Amino acid sequence: MSPILFYLFAALTLVFGVAVVANRNPVASALCLVVSFLGLAALFVGLDAYFIAVVQVLVYAGAVMVLFLFIIMLLDLKVEERRKLNIPAYAGGTLVAVAFVAQLWQVLERFGAGHAPMPAIWPASGQTSIDDVRNIGTTLFSTDNLPFQVIGALILVATIGVVVLSKRELK
Amino acid sequence: MTLTLNHYLFVSGLLFATGLAGVMLRRNIIIIFMCLELMLNAANLSLVAFSRFNLVNGLPDYNAQVLVFFIITVAAAEVAVGLAIIVALFRARQTTHVEDISSLKF
Repeated sequence: MSPILFYLFAALTLVFGVAVVANRNPVASALCLVVSFLGLAALFVGLDAYFIAVVQVLVYAGAVMVLFLFIIMLLDLKVEERRKLNIPAYAGGTLVAVAFVAQLWQVLERFGAGHAPMPAIWPASGQTSIDDVRNIGTTLFSTDNLPFQVIGALILVATIGVVVLSKRELK
Repeated sequence: MTLTLNHYLFVSGLLFATGLAGVMLRRNIIIIFMCLELMLNAANLSLVAFSRFNLVNGLPDYNAQVLVFFIITVAAAEVAVGLAIIVALFRARQTTHVEDISSLKF
């Protein structure tokens, strides 16, 4: 991935990520989150993770965001009215985030392996590309087969939980 | 100017910090939930970056990408359950403002 594209999509992801936090209107926040996720998917493509990028667009930018917008519209949320500013919370939140970034900067400066350029991938003989989906599928169904089935059970439990939670009266 | 692992890790860290600040600054429970998603995605970005920079037999480390796949799946389940809880909460209290929901506060 050329550095220009990297900086473009990284800026897109971060700017719209900040817009999610800064917007007062929940619908605008949700739409900014979609753009942020799409920028992230582009970064995944730059990292040769095509399958993850496609899943990111399908699951996050598609399913999860539709769910968010659906709930926002179901609850009929309006633009937040201004309340008394909670100064300690604002100062604390900003301070923790800035401290985290500063510390990360320090750590990354000393992280030797992080300064090496991106290594070139060499696909196995007979293949023209890296066969992303096949390799992930092989890993998923051989070495990570048990976690995969546990995830299936988790989704079943989540589905039942949502149905129970959505009942008219909770007992 | 070549791209290094640190570039991706720093972008991931900035995205995580944005989500973290959002969770602490915002008082709307749905926005807080969106910021949680932002933090999960920041973690995904760093995992994919490590996978691409740590080649195994000339290919990216696919164990990391399978882990990202699992994270995305669990996050989708989490969003469904979380939003159902928010809807139940809204039915009981008619608010999504966290400062109005304080019956468990000591």
